[in-house]
Amino acid sequence: MKITGIAVKLGNHINTDLIISGKHKYRTQVISELTKYVFEDLDPKLKDKLAIGSVIVAGKNFGCGSSREQAPRVLKAAGVRAIVAESFARIFFRNSVNVGLPTIVVNLEYIRKIKDGDSLTIDLIEGRVFDNELGIDTKVSPYPKFILDIINDGGIAEYYKRFNAFPWDGKLL
Amino acid sequence: MSTIVEKILAKKSGKNSTTAGDFVVADIDVVFAHDGTALLAIESMQELGINKVFDPNKVVFFIDHAAPSPSPQISNIHLAMRKFAKQQGIKLFDVGSGICHQVLPEEGYVKPGSVIVGADSHSVTHGAFNAFAIGVGSTDAALAMATGKLWFKVPETVKVIVDGELRKYVMAKDLILNVLSIIKADGLTYEAVEYHGSCIKNMGVDGRMTIANMAVEMGAKASPMELNEPTELWLKQRIDVIEPVKADKDAKYYDEFFIDASKLEPLVAVPPNVDNVKPVREVEGLEVDQVFIGSCTNGRIEDILTAVKILEGKKVRVRCVVIPASRRIYMDAIKKGYVEKLVRAGCTVGPPTCGPCIGAHMGLLGEGEVAISTSNRNFTGRMGASSSKIFLASAATAAATALEGKLVDPRKYGEKL
Ligand code: SF4
Repeated sequence: MKITGIAVKLGNHINTDLIISGKHKYRTQVISELTKYVFEDLDPKLKDKLAIGSVIVAGKNFGCGSSREQAPRVLKAAGVRAIVAESFARIFFRNSVNVGLPTIVVNLEYIRKIKDGDSLTIDLIEGRVFDNELGIDTKVSPYPKFILDIINDGGIAEYYKRFNAFPWDGKLL
Repeated sequence: MSTIVEKILAKKSGKNSTTAGDFVVADIDVVFAHDGTALLAIESMQELGINKVFDPNKVVFFIDHAAPSPSPQISNIHLAMRKFAKQQGIKLFDVGSGICHQVLPEEGYVKPGSVIVGADSHSVTHGAFNAFAIGVGSTDAALAMATGKLWFKVPETVKVIVDGELRKYVMAKDLILNVLSIIKADGLTYEAVEYHGSCIKNMGVDGRMTIANMAVEMGAKASPMELNEPTELWLKQRIDVIEPVKADKDAKYYDEFFIDASKLEPLVAVPPNVDNVKPVREVEGLEVDQVFIGSCTNGRIEDILTAVKILEGKKVRVRCVVIPASRRIYMDAIKKGYVEKLVRAGCTVGPPTCGPCIGAHMGLLGEGEVAISTSNRNFTGRMGASSSKIFLASAATAAATALEGKLVDPRKYGEKL
């Protein structure tokens, strides 16, 4: 599975409140409505950059803070195809898998090289991130098969609806 | 050669052993949600198209974050939760019962060696009882509610050895703030933490829960502790069978830290970061508008007793809100006469709820106000106005501060502790 998108660079400790503020969470339950507030307190223009089909490139502890699942849901709806970061907060990582948004851990050295606006290609099966502008790539640990299957189907709910089973049903991982 | 987490996850996934890095599908012993998260979990279950919980005895709801309800919108959330609970035949602890992390073990839902999943990031608290307890988002909570199973990556474990005795006037809260200042806010991401050493071995249930509670402030996945004598006695009053899980002597740890408890002093976490920890004496004299003693971190009887010892027969200088973490603690505090002493000292004693900890109700901060809180997060705006400030401290520091109206080292009142 290959994903291509334009790099949007962000910093360290991007918390779920910055992604989508708690005050909007109760205003509407419709995720596509919430996308207009994405990263509002960080930079209101970011949402337009995300919309063209983007890959967020960030530092450490991306998605820290509350366990709110709206955060990865809104990013996905806003046009984010994947997130590349030095590290992810644990609950955000899990929530992203469940909603079908790929999150990829990449070493800091490589992250520093990527420039805002570079076109990136991510090969989830092989475990590779290419910067098409710079012509350089880096190896990342590929997802276990069952996570790849969930992401491929766009999230666990979609997977379950299609197969009427979970990827782990009947087998020990 | 396994850690506590490796052993629990092996047992619950039907394997002989697991090693950090393995993926497993484990059976869930208890899954719970509260009025901040239950609605989304119910919706996520509907999204999956599954309309029955896997086992009504293993799913528990709590109305604790804003209880009693401060608004019609929240009342509607409570209504929807009660309706779902009734339909499904699951237990719902309603208004006045207390905070999920306190009530769950008190009511006998937490067993050593069990897997507990909570739709709340502080679910790690139940590690104090030797459980593998983790916080999850709404889809994971829904999956656990619907199927009784969830996949996990077996985490690495970091070992923290705490030897020596905490000195008078220094509490478990000061110990965990010290750990936070060393390991930092993202120091345990994806990892579990085990505490060992004589200090933890001798510690009471209340203090152990405080320490496990704040594991998530370091990004930890779980904080399972070996059972100790006080905890075993406490559990025996509530559950029949106790099968504790111990780490092997040759278990592999990702990292190790040593702390000498006897060297610690009262600490505060200076806003807006939990790991920005300073000795109280360095910030002493800071003017404070409100003191809050409560929350799942420090709303237990040990905390209330400490406050009573410092405040008895005196008068507080600033608003001091004391909220017991559960109905049982509330009753205990009434029976022992603590509530009367606190009220006489000028405190406002509230019913069990999360209360001002997340700025839900009962003591929100106005523009520029400063609070000393015994809770676990000092993020910007958490307790009210975005220009307000939250300093995290122990119940001893909080009570002493209430007395003087400014931040003060409680050791000054130490003789009475
Ligand atoms: S007391 Fe505070 S931290 Fe604990 S569960 Fe309630 S809101 Fe969360």
